[in-house]
Amino acid sequence: MLLNYSHPLEISNLTTWLDTTLRSSMPEFWVLFIEFALVIVALLTAYAVIALILIYAERKITAFFQARYGPNRVGKWGLLQSLADMIKILLKEIVKITRSDRFLFFAAPFFMIVASMATFGAIPFGKGLLAVDFNIGVLYVTAVSSVGIIGVLLAGWSSNNKYSMIGAMRSGAQFVSYELSAGFALMTIVVLAGTMQFSELIEGQRYCWNIFNGHISSIIAFVIYLISGHAETNRGPFDLPEAESELTAGYHTEYSGLQFGFYYLAEYLNMFIIASIATTVFLGGFLPIQVQGWDAFNGIMDFIPSYVWFFAKTAVLIFLSLWVRWSFPRLRIDQLLNLEWKYLLPINLVNIVVMVILVLTGLTLKDLFGII
Amino acid sequence: MEKIKELILNTVPDAVIEQKQKLTVTVAWQQLHLLVKTLRDNAELPFDFLVKLIGVDRGEELGVNYLLCSSTDLSKELVLKTGTSDRENPLLYSITDIFETAHFNEREVYALLGIRFINNPDMRKFFLNADWVGYPLRKDYDANPELNPLSFESVEMVDTAPRIMETPDGLVEETVNVFEDDPYIINIGPQHPSTHGVMHFRTALDGEIVKKIDVHSGYIHRGIEKLSENLTYPQILHFTDRLDYLSANINRHGLCMCVEKAAEIEVPERAQYIRTIMDELNRIDSHCLAWACQTNDLGATTAFIYGMREREIILDIFDKTCGGRLIINQNVVGGVMFDIYNQFQKDVKDFVIYMRSKLREYDRFFSHNVIALGRMVKIGNLSKEDAISYAVTGPAGRASGWSCDIRKHIPYALYNQVEFKEIIRTEGDSYARYLNRLDEIEESLHIIEQLIDNIPEGEICAKTKAIIKLPEGEYYSRIEACRGEFGVFIESRGERFPYRLKFRSPSMALVSAMPLICKNEKISDFIGIGGSMDYVIPDIDR
Repeated sequence: MLLNYSHPLEISNLTTWLDTTLRSSMPEFWVLFIEFALVIVALLTAYAVIALILIYAERKITAFFQARYGPNRVGKWGLLQSLADMIKILLKEIVKITRSDRFLFFAAPFFMIVASMATFGAIPFGKGLLAVDFNIGVLYVTAVSSVGIIGVLLAGWSSNNKYSMIGAMRSGAQFVSYELSAGFALMTIVVLAGTMQFSELIEGQRYCWNIFNGHISSIIAFVIYLISGHAETNRGPFDLPEAESELTAGYHTEYSGLQFGFYYLAEYLNMFIIASIATTVFLGGFLPIQVQGWDAFNGIMDFIPSYVWFFAKTAVLIFLSLWVRWSFPRLRIDQLLNLEWKYLLPINLVNIVVMVILVLTGLTLKDLFGII
Repeated sequence: MEKIKELILNTVPDAVIEQKQKLTVTVAWQQLHLLVKTLRDNAELPFDFLVKLIGVDRGEELGVNYLLCSSTDLSKELVLKTGTSDRENPLLYSITDIFETAHFNEREVYALLGIRFINNPDMRKFFLNADWVGYPLRKDYDANPELNPLSFESVEMVDTAPRIMETPDGLVEETVNVFEDDPYIINIGPQHPSTHGVMHFRTALDGEIVKKIDVHSGYIHRGIEKLSENLTYPQILHFTDRLDYLSANINRHGLCMCVEKAAEIEVPERAQYIRTIMDELNRIDSHCLAWACQTNDLGATTAFIYGMREREIILDIFDKTCGGRLIINQNVVGGVMFDIYNQFQKDVKDFVIYMRSKLREYDRFFSHNVIALGRMVKIGNLSKEDAISYAVTGPAGRASGWSCDIRKHIPYALYNQVEFKEIIRTEGDSYARYLNRLDEIEESLHIIEQLIDNIPEGEICAKTKAIIKLPEGEYYSRIEACRGEFGVFIESRGERFPYRLKFRSPSMALVSAMPLICKNEKISDFIGIGGSMDYVIPDIDR
């Protein structure tokens, strides 16, 4: 009870209450059924809403970088702009390309959006806001998110357009390469934390985030994860698959209306997903900033709801990603692959070994300073 | 030059040498190739820069004028004239093997005047479709629209080129494939975000690597040279703004200069000051945009907006002076149309200070960025020899180590009274061209600084006759536009209208060098190199 009073704004109170009420009046099967349905609806809504917010935020932040105003006509400060854009994209005609491979052409965007949604579902947004707590959460996220590449390759192949084809091939090379780095960076932290389960990963970081706990090795893993995550989301300076100045729009050149919308949405959400996984794995997830022994401070920090912490940390990482995107020119394909295979991957491999040594010899911060 | 005359007479004893506005040599068409080669290869003063290649319908014969000059001293000029009286099947010898720049120019002459060039490796029409009926620049051209109806049919691209080659058994007409067997061709353009206009590059790829580029131009060809033949000189002025719209004011200055020289009109001192300052502002404006577009081609959208931001201030100054922003209608024959406004000097001086600080920002933000360097350094190398052969002038030519600034070599307006450096780099890569533009902005600011406080009082425009008639003759003018040397050629027969008017387009030379410097580069770099060359398409499609 005390916990409930100390966290009046946590949504976990609401979910626990809902669960107890349902269980008191229904058999278990129906309880689960209703709860699953609610979770799906909540996730899909969150997916759309977060995308809209991200699109608006990116446009405003970009405008700030570029000495412009950004959207400011629809609604106060242009707040309704992305909503209006969404409605527009829903109403647009889906153009049927005569010489495309019709079935694959229509199937491709679904791979993209499904992969992105399936990853999105496994993110712990806050206390009690984790849909499924797999014991192999990290592995699941890595595996599912890489399904998206099928969507990109199919789009490029089925469009029967040379630009799309080149874009898709680039994208294939890029995804496969950077998946590797992202995976290894996450594995480095798995070595440190000794678990792949998100809830345990987060709980272990209460007084010492993983990025500090593994110091040198963790920070390297964090930077590599941000770079490769950025590359996986196909955003500048790694936006070669769509490289508008050479390939017009790359793999989604031939798409219109909602199909294009799917790619667009998935791109934004992938940015969010990468940032939120980085938050969860490296920056203590939804936990507030806590210092061992400072009970008063911890109490105040704890008063702020966990989802606020989660979104705040994620927002910082997203801002970082936007900053990079809008500052750098685009890499060339060979430079991109060089970066991965000649630098990131070897560094990563060494880094994992270093992390193993740190853990085995007890040189992590937790071991050194006796933090729980 | 006496020795050159001697050399010409030794090579071709029949040559007729006249001293007109330029030293003019008329030779028979069979001997032209030999003469050009001798002139280029002579050690004393090699005429190794083909400035203009002008096809003219002289009435009794179809001819070509070649304006040659020496690449070491651009003021040493020579005009070669040749022609053929066969109007049915006019044939001349190509000089493509001596000057690469002649290639596109000869194809242009073929499209517009129907003269075919023997030994040109690719004798397709340049601006027009192969099935165009008639040759527009001939005086007997039938402009009846029914002959060339507007077609909405989709036309397949044909990748074969006719040509006439000279073999020991005589002339052979043959057709060759433009690409090698089984190419993977993508069309960069005519609708493409990075061609800077409606340009069409057929690009043969091997994976990501560019194997060959075939340039198709003419999508916005407006026939300005033909239109000009029926307009008076003041009426023609506005066409120049529509060529390279980013150096609109400088182009117009070039045409005005040509007419003024021919009609012997003295331009007032104040007008010269205004012209020079406006030209330099125009150059900064254009270089800002070029910088912005190049960064955008490399994928840096933010830098693009920064370039546009600075350019806006210049456009505002133009706006306040003449009411125009991009195309400012400032120069007229005899001077300028609008006097400067009260705050002009203050605005310009403020801008100079502001622009300097922004140049430092550009430098910090982009010039040393590791990705940017990777995309520009040692990419798109153009050697000095190639730059001269392809007649690549302007910042691009100077990045290859060729001193080709008309403002230094043949000073016009007030350029002999101001002190400025000609920016020359020898690397010849995209990065050298990039840095050259930024440095030229600095030099332009320096020129403006020297002039802005000393603008004398007085007239802004000389009194000219209501109807300007140029005396019979051939007139050339050369001027340093933002992308290189802009040139005007007027052949007058004493009428109110020019008999033949030809603009030398700097962008055409830039584009003609693209297939050379993009070979074996990545497709992304092809776009980046295009950005660094900074061509403007309407300048090519006159």
